Amino acid sequence: MMNFFIERFLGGKQGAVAIALLALLILVIFPLALDLFRLNLVGKYLTFAFAAVGLVLLWGYGGILSLGQGVFFGLGGYAMAMFLKLEASDPQSTAIQTTPGIPDFMDWNRLYELPWFWVPFESFAFTLLAILVLPALFAYIIGVAMFKRRVGGVYFAIITQVIAVILTVLIVGQQGFTGGINGITDLRTLNGWDIRTDSAKYILYFINALLLLAVIMISRFVLTSKLGRLLLAMKDKEDRVRFSGYDVSNFKIFIFCLSAVISAIGGAMFTLQVGFMSPSLLGVVPSIEMVIFAAVGGRMSLIGVVYGTLLINFGKTGFSETFPELWLFFMGGLFIAVVMFFPNGLAGIYNKYVSKLAFLQRYLPAIKLPKSKADTQSNASSSASTSDNAAEGAKS
Amino acid sequence: MSTNTDFLLAIEDLTVSFDGFKAVDSLTMYIDKNELRVIIGPNGAGKTTLLDLICGKTKASSGSIQFKNQEITKLVEHQITRVGIGRKFQTPSIYENLTVYQNLEVSYSEGRSVFGSLFFKSTPKLEAMIEEVASDIQLTEFLETQAGVLSHGQKQWLEIGMLLMQEPELLMLDEPVAGMSAKERDETAELLNRLCKNRSVIVIEHDMEFVKKIARKVTVLHQGKILAEGAMEKVQADEKVIEVYLGH
Amino acid sequence: MGDFTFQELTSIFAMQGFVGISLFSVLLLMALGLAIIFGQMGVINMAHGEFMALGAYTTYMLSMFTRTHYPELMPYYFFFAIIASFLVAGLVGYLTEFALIRHLYKRPLDTLLATWGLSLIMQQSFRTFFGSREVSPTLPDWLMGSWMPTDTIFIPINGMFILGLTTVVTFAVYYLMYRSSWGLNVRATTQNRVMSGAVGINTKQVDRLTFALGCGIAGIAGAAFTTIASTGPTSGSLYIVDTFMVVVFGGAASLFGTIASAFTIAQAQSILEFFISSSMAKVLTLLTLIIILMIRPEGLFASKVRK
Repeated sequence: MMNFFIERFLGGKQGAVAIALLALLILVIFPLALDLFRLNLVGKYLTFAFAAVGLVLLWGYGGILSLGQGVFFGLGGYAMAMFLKLEASDPQSTAIQTTPGIPDFMDWNRLYELPWFWVPFESFAFTLLAILVLPALFAYIIGVAMFKRRVGGVYFAIITQVIAVILTVLIVGQQGFTGGINGITDLRTLNGWDIRTDSAKYILYFINALLLLAVIMISRFVLTSKLGRLLLAMKDKEDRVRFSGYDVSNFKIFIFCLSAVISAIGGAMFTLQVGFMSPSLLGVVPSIEMVIFAAVGGRMSLIGVVYGTLLINFGKTGFSETFPELWLFFMGGLFIAVVMFFPNGLAGIYNKYVSKLAFLQRYLPAIKLPKSKADTQSNASSSASTSDNAAEGAKS
Repeated sequence: MSTNTDFLLAIEDLTVSFDGFKAVDSLTMYIDKNELRVIIGPNGAGKTTLLDLICGKTKASSGSIQFKNQEITKLVEHQITRVGIGRKFQTPSIYENLTVYQNLEVSYSEGRSVFGSLFFKSTPKLEAMIEEVASDIQLTEFLETQAGVLSHGQKQWLEIGMLLMQEPELLMLDEPVAGMSAKERDETAELLNRLCKNRSVIVIEHDMEFVKKIARKVTVLHQGKILAEGAMEKVQADEKVIEVYLGH
Repeated sequence: MGDFTFQELTSIFAMQGFVGISLFSVLLLMALGLAIIFGQMGVINMAHGEFMALGAYTTYMLSMFTRTHYPELMPYYFFFAIIASFLVAGLVGYLTEFALIRHLYKRPLDTLLATWGLSLIMQQSFRTFFGSREVSPTLPDWLMGSWMPTDTIFIPINGMFILGLTTVVTFAVYYLMYRSSWGLNVRATTQNRVMSGAVGINTKQVDRLTFALGCGIAGIAGAAFTTIASTGPTSGSLYIVDTFMVVVFGGAASLFGTIASAFTIAQAQSILEFFISSSMAKVLTLLTLIIILMIRPEGLFASKVRK
C-alpha cells in the first residue's frame, strides 16, 4: 500500500524527494524566512502555480495548448468572490445604498435587485461546488465541441484565446452584474471569519500550499496511470491510439476538464488570499503568462512548474520596480529562449546537467535547496514595495 | 445484398470518390476466416485507400463492408478497432517516447475508457501476453528500451506486436517489409505465416519475392478495381496483370 | 430600432456600413498577410499585429520627415509611406524568419509562443522609441473630408482611399500567388516540401520570402490604419484576435474565403455597434464565430481535401 502510494502519487523515490523538497520550501522555509506581506505575495504566486500544474497535464503531456486557462482561473476566482461579496453586502453594511443588501457596484449601476445568477452564491456549499463544477462543465462543452470534431493544434489555441477575450469583454462591459473592470473588491469575511487578519492570512497560505501539494499528487496519479501513458502516446501518434480502439477525444476532454478544475481552485484561493478578483486575471495576457510559467518550469514537470511560476513572479515583481521598461524585453526574450533553447525548462536543465553528476546524487537535496532558496529570497527582498504590490495592498 | 455469410469480411460494391476521382470503384471482395490475403497493384491502384475504408479512416461514398455480418461503414475508427480489426500503417507508427513494454501495454484491449484507463491495473495475464508477443516479434531484450531508438525493422515489428496485443480477428498490414533487410524480410515472412494460424491477415506489398513467400491467394488491384484474383502462379501468368505491371 | 425613420435607418446602415468598410480594409490586409503565412507554413504569427504597428509607425516617421524637410511633398508622401511600410515590415519579417521561425517549423505551438515573445519585445521597443502616447501622422489634405451623396449620408474619403488600396493589394496578392511562377513555387512547396526541393525549388528561400511578404502586407495594413485611428504601442495587439478569427473563419487556404470573412466580421461588428454597446457587439460577433466554427471547423469557405 505504501509502495503504491509512493509510486503512483509521489512518482517513485526521486519524485518523493522532489515533492518533499517543495513541501519543505513552501511549508517551512518560506513561512519562517518571509514576513507576512511577502508570504502573502508568495501565496498569490502559488495560486498561479495551480494553473501551471494544469498546463503540465494538458499541454506537456496532452500536447494541447490552451491560451485560455485564465478563463478557468477566473471562473473559480469569481465564484469565490461572488460568495464573499454577498456576505460583505449585508443590509447593515450597505444601509446607505438605494437598495441595501446588494453589492455596492450593482447599486452604483442602478440595479434594484440581485440578478438571478447571483442568488445561489449566497450558499457556501453551492459556491464550493460551483468552483469545481462550473469550470469542468465549461471545459466539457468547449472540449466536446472542439475535440469531437478533431479541432486541435493552433486552432484550439486560438479559439481558447478568443474565449478569454470574450469573457473579459463581457465582464468589463456588464459592469452592473460583474463589477466591471475593477472586478469584485472589498471582500471581508468567509462565513463570519475575517480573512483580512494576520492569522487568517497565515492559515489561508497554508491551506493554499497544502492544496497545491495535493493537486500535484493527484496529477501525478493521473500521469502514472495508463491514461498518462496514453496522453503521451496521443501526443506522438494520435491515429495509432485511435486505431488501437480508444476514443481519443474523450481523453482530451477529460484532461482539459481536469486542468480547468485545477486552474479554478487556484483562482478561488487567489480571491481568498488577495481579497479581490478582476478581469485583469483572466484575459489573454494572464492566460499566456500561465503558459510561460509552465514553459519556464518545464512543461513536463509537475514540480518544476511551481519553481518556474515562483521565479518568474519574483522576477516580475523585482523587475517592474527597478526597470519597468526592461521587463517586457526580458519576458519576450524568455518566451523565445525557452522555446528555442530550453524546451523542457528548468526541469530539463536540472535533469540534463545536475542529475547527470552521478557522484553528487546523494547530495542532491543539499545542492538544489540552497540554490532555489537563494534565488527566491534575493528576488523577494528586492521586491519590498513595488508599485503593483502597493496597489494590491491598498485594495485588500 | 446484405445477406449472412460465412466470410469474416465481406466487401460489396464499395466505392469512394474524391472530387469525382474514384479511388475505389465498385469493389467486391471476400476474406475467409484464417485466410492470408495479399493485395498487390501498381501505385495509385487504391490499395491503401481500401485499407483506409475498412478501418474507418476514410468514409465510403457507397457500398457495404461487413465484418462478421456486421455493417461497419457507419462505425468510427475506435469502434471498428473494437469489433476486431487491427491496422498497421505504411510507415512504422509507434510511440517513440514510450518504452517497448509501454507501447505493448497501451495497445492492450482492456482499460479503453477514460476512467478504465485511469484506474487500470496490470494483471498477470497481461504481463504474460506482453512476454509472449515480445518473443514473437523478437523484442524480449528490448522491453525497457525507448521505442524511438529501435531500428527501422524493429519498429515495424513492434507495430505488428502492438496489433497482436489488440487480439484482432482481422489484421491489415500496409507494406510491412518496406525498408527491411533481406534477413528481416525472411523473419517477417515467418512471423506472418505463424500469425495467420488463428486470424485473418490482409497484406499490401510491392516486394514480389516477399509476396511469393507468404501468398496463398492474391488480389491484384488496378484503378480501384479488381484486375485478377487467385493463386500466385495463376495471377502471375495473367496477361492483363503483366500488361499493367510492364506496359503502360 | 423603432425610433428611427426608414430614411434615417438607411443612412445609418450606409454610414455604419462604411465605418465597417474601413475596418474591413484593415482587417483584410492584416488577414491576407496572416493567411499567407499560416496557409504556407502552418505557422501562426502572434506578432502580426506588431508588424502592422511597425507599418503605422513607419508612416508616422515618414510624415514627420517630410513635414520638416520637404513640406512641398506633403500631398504625395503617403504613397511613399505605403511602400516604405511594406518594405520595413517585410525586412523585419525576413530577419524574423531567419533568426526565429525557421528553427521551429515542426513545432507550430512553440512558434506561437516564440512569436508572442517577439510581440512583447516589439511592443516595448515602440514604447521606448515613440513613447506610450498615441501618435498620428499628418495626413495630406486630400485624404480629409467626406463625400455626401445625399443630405444625411457622409462617406469619409480616407475610407474610400483605403478601400481602393486594399483592392489593389488583394489583386496583387492574387496575381502573385496564383498567376506568377513564384506563386507556383510557393504553392508547390506547401503541397509537397520534399518534392519541391527535389525539383529545384529553394524551399527555404520560398519560406523566408513568404513570411516577409505576409509581414510586409501587415505593414501596408499599418499605413492604412493611420488614416482611421492613431497609433500606440499596443494598437496591433487590439486587432490580432479579430484577424485570427478572419483567417480561421475564412478557411486558411482560400483567398475568397478570407475576403468574405473579413467583410462579414467587420460589417457585423460595426453595424451591431450602432445599436448595442461596442463591447457587446464584439462579444456577439466572436461568440457567433465560435459557434459557427464548432459546426464547421474547417472554416466556412474551405474546400474539401483528400486527407
